[in-house]
Amino acid sequence: MDAAALIQALTERFPDAVRSSHAYRGDATIVVSREALLDLARALKGDAAFQMNFLMDLTAVDFSTFGKKPSSAFFASSGVAVRPSAELPDEHPWPGPPGVPNAAAALGAPPGPARFVVVYHFFSLPLKHRVRVEVPLEENDAEVDSVTSLWAGADWLEREVWDMFGIRFRGHANLKRILTYEQFVGHPLRKDYPVNKRQPLIGPDGHASDHS
Amino acid sequence: MEPSIGNDMSGNDMSGEGGFLTSRLGEAIGWARKYSIFQYPFVTACCGMEYMATACSHYDVDRFGAGLPRFSPRQADVLFVVGTISQKMAPVLKRIYDQMAEPKWVVSFGVCTCTGGFYDNYATLMGIDTIIPVDIYIPGCPPRPEYVLDGLLKLQAKIQAQHESGTRPAPEARPELELEPWMPQR
Amino acid sequence: MPRTIPDNSVPAAAAASDALETRDMLLNVGPAHPAMHGIIRIVARLDGEQIVDADVDIGYLHRGFEKMCETVDYNGVIPYTDRLNYVSPLINNVGYSMAVEKLLGISVPERCHYIRVIVSEISRITDHLTCVGASAMELGAFTVFLYMIKAREYLWELVESVTGARLTVSYCRVGGVKADLPEGFAEQCAKAFEETRRVLAESDALLTRNRIFVDRMSGTGKISAEDAVSYGITGPFLRASGVPYDVRKDCPYASYDRLEFDVPVGTRGDNFDRYLVRMEEMQQSMRIVEQALRDMPPGPFQASPQTGRSLPASEMVDQGKVGNIPAIRDACAVTDPTLDGSAKPLHVSIATAEKRVFLPPKEDTYGNIEGLMQHFKLVMYGHGARPPKGEVYFAVEGANGELGFYVVSDGGNTPYRVRVRPPCFAIMSALPTLIVGDMMADLTPTFGSINMIGGELDR
Repeated sequence: MDAAALIQALTERFPDAVRSSHAYRGDATIVVSREALLDLARALKGDAAFQMNFLMDLTAVDFSTFGKKPSSAFFASSGVAVRPSAELPDEHPWPGPPGVPNAAAALGAPPGPARFVVVYHFFSLPLKHRVRVEVPLEENDAEVDSVTSLWAGADWLEREVWDMFGIRFRGHANLKRILTYEQFVGHPLRKDYPVNKRQPLIGPDGHASDHS
Repeated sequence: MEPSIGNDMSGNDMSGEGGFLTSRLGEAIGWARKYSIFQYPFVTACCGMEYMATACSHYDVDRFGAGLPRFSPRQADVLFVVGTISQKMAPVLKRIYDQMAEPKWVVSFGVCTCTGGFYDNYATLMGIDTIIPVDIYIPGCPPRPEYVLDGLLKLQAKIQAQHESGTRPAPEARPELELEPWMPQR
Repeated sequence: MPRTIPDNSVPAAAAASDALETRDMLLNVGPAHPAMHGIIRIVARLDGEQIVDADVDIGYLHRGFEKMCETVDYNGVIPYTDRLNYVSPLINNVGYSMAVEKLLGISVPERCHYIRVIVSEISRITDHLTCVGASAMELGAFTVFLYMIKAREYLWELVESVTGARLTVSYCRVGGVKADLPEGFAEQCAKAFEETRRVLAESDALLTRNRIFVDRMSGTGKISAEDAVSYGITGPFLRASGVPYDVRKDCPYASYDRLEFDVPVGTRGDNFDRYLVRMEEMQQSMRIVEQALRDMPPGPFQASPQTGRSLPASEMVDQGKVGNIPAIRDACAVTDPTLDGSAKPLHVSIATAEKRVFLPPKEDTYGNIEGLMQHFKLVMYGHGARPPKGEVYFAVEGANGELGFYVVSDGGNTPYRVRVRPPCFAIMSALPTLIVGDMMADLTPTFGSINMIGGELDR
């Protein structure tokens, strides 16, 4: 199925769950609410129409500084204000990052992009199509169901998302850090974690540093 | 004191020490040590590929006597730290270094081990000399095998000189520079 | 008469029966260990020689690739991508560049596609040579390792003549490649491949029917096709289990759909099948490169001969600065040898036409104000290629499997998020499944055939 047909089939199948969708640059993408994720994933894997037997990737994005002032280069600038280059034109622009989850909006959260979005990439080998599923989450309630019961590869992928972003996965048997170490405090890929804030395990004298 | 007649290459005063036989013996031991290097290749990352290339037939480190790696620190005398050392790996490196017996030397292979390379971030150790003393720095990302062999020759000269002098000059560990945590302004 | 010493450790009742009290041993392998592939830690629970349980600990080479990508501009990410799968760096470069080109919605010239295919396949051969060589060495076949590294040296010299570096090449750019193939590349490539084929024939003769090698590799590290798909495993590892998924065939990119090649697929899913798949893939890669060299559109070397006398570009600039226009009026600038292959006549074949993304040829940068402005707008602080706001996922066939790049842009000059989907991450997550049930000594061939690359696994 091509991107448009796939989105239509999924929207018809899960009318309440799918909040929005797009096919920017040909990638079929749907934004779903977190309550519906597990059912959706089961359908994607099991249904003859979809047959998504591969969970290619499971990651997250922190949209908290999206579109805000331009990033500084690695070296400090001379301070001269310059007009940046023009963006390339786009006939079918991207609709933007997913908005706040319904639950948070109901509680009166300001509209805007959700803090975290968990992104799943699925691929079907028999039907050769891909779909991207996005689940927006709020910062103080960053939890989503684990899909380890459906794809074994989700185990480590979810551990990495926990390590890098601090998003919990309900039902994951072994949610501990995988790329950083146990004593590491914080979640490095969040936008508020400074890039070179080091937490050394041993100090220059060779002994374990006083590391809370 | 500088090297000159009466002092050796490290500048130590040799005039009153030992005499002819002892200095000849020292040179002989230095010669034997420098041509029988047993390396512990502590290989982590991309530099490991150039390490393999240096060790294999095209560039051949065996002709310098350093061709036999020992995979136990107890049996090795030169610790080749090859590739980026992350903060998670640093205690392991320190432990391996401590397990080696004297005389031991450390070669820092690749710019990630010298200064951290371009990975100035939360995960990387900014140079292994923040935790262990280093004798030879081989920069490069990764260094060509010719640079590695150049570094090896310098190490051999150092080994020879250390034994000639009778004492080993103490390499210093560099304390980690305190940097302001830098945050991208986004 | 010998006196039997009462043995208090074994209860008398148990001594009469066959039941013996046994305890499992916990063996820690790594993170500093003799296997040549990378630093990981495997904690194996052994019952005698057999592994009954295993836990794998990774992250010892975590270098913060995804965080660093957010601090540099789109072309500045390319050196970081080199160091992901550092034995096949060009495939990573191509994957990232094509992902950003998809985000930008631009296309590159046909010849550029062919060049990317050629260098990707050469990288794939070096990756498989390193993998098979290192795993053979770990099983004791040191000679095969030396032979394969010798072949790899010839290929690295080839890569160096194209890109300027042996290993960390940074060859691709967003919108093209750095420079065209050098003159005489086809001959040099033919010689390197002749050497490689000879090495592969020798290694095949030494290993494929070698009793020790076959015994150690067959039947060990087995994984079924369903398990492999469930773990998200792709690449030669998956194909050895019988699943014929190759991104080059199923979701073709660059010019793969116009090239003819076979994808070897195994049957048993054990280490020996993976070895055979990799050996055959190297032959197929050489076939692809030879076809591509034959089929690629010719570069404008022949198309537009130089007119006027040639002058080094820097001298043209100097003459222009002092106002000596008659001296440079009918001259044609020749770029520096370090910029070889990126001269103006070649530019149209290696770079996209979109000016907001790719640097102009040096003659234009030095020669006219538009080129200078284009150059300035791309390299100066605060500027750079600015993709529109959006997100894309693009996958290429890495040496280990599907290498995917998920790039999110917020319209700025640095990427907002770059996620690399590492193929060996999926394979390593299956490592406990692969080794449980096998013996301790089978860990070596299994771990070797996974081709774990720390830069890709831990990023």
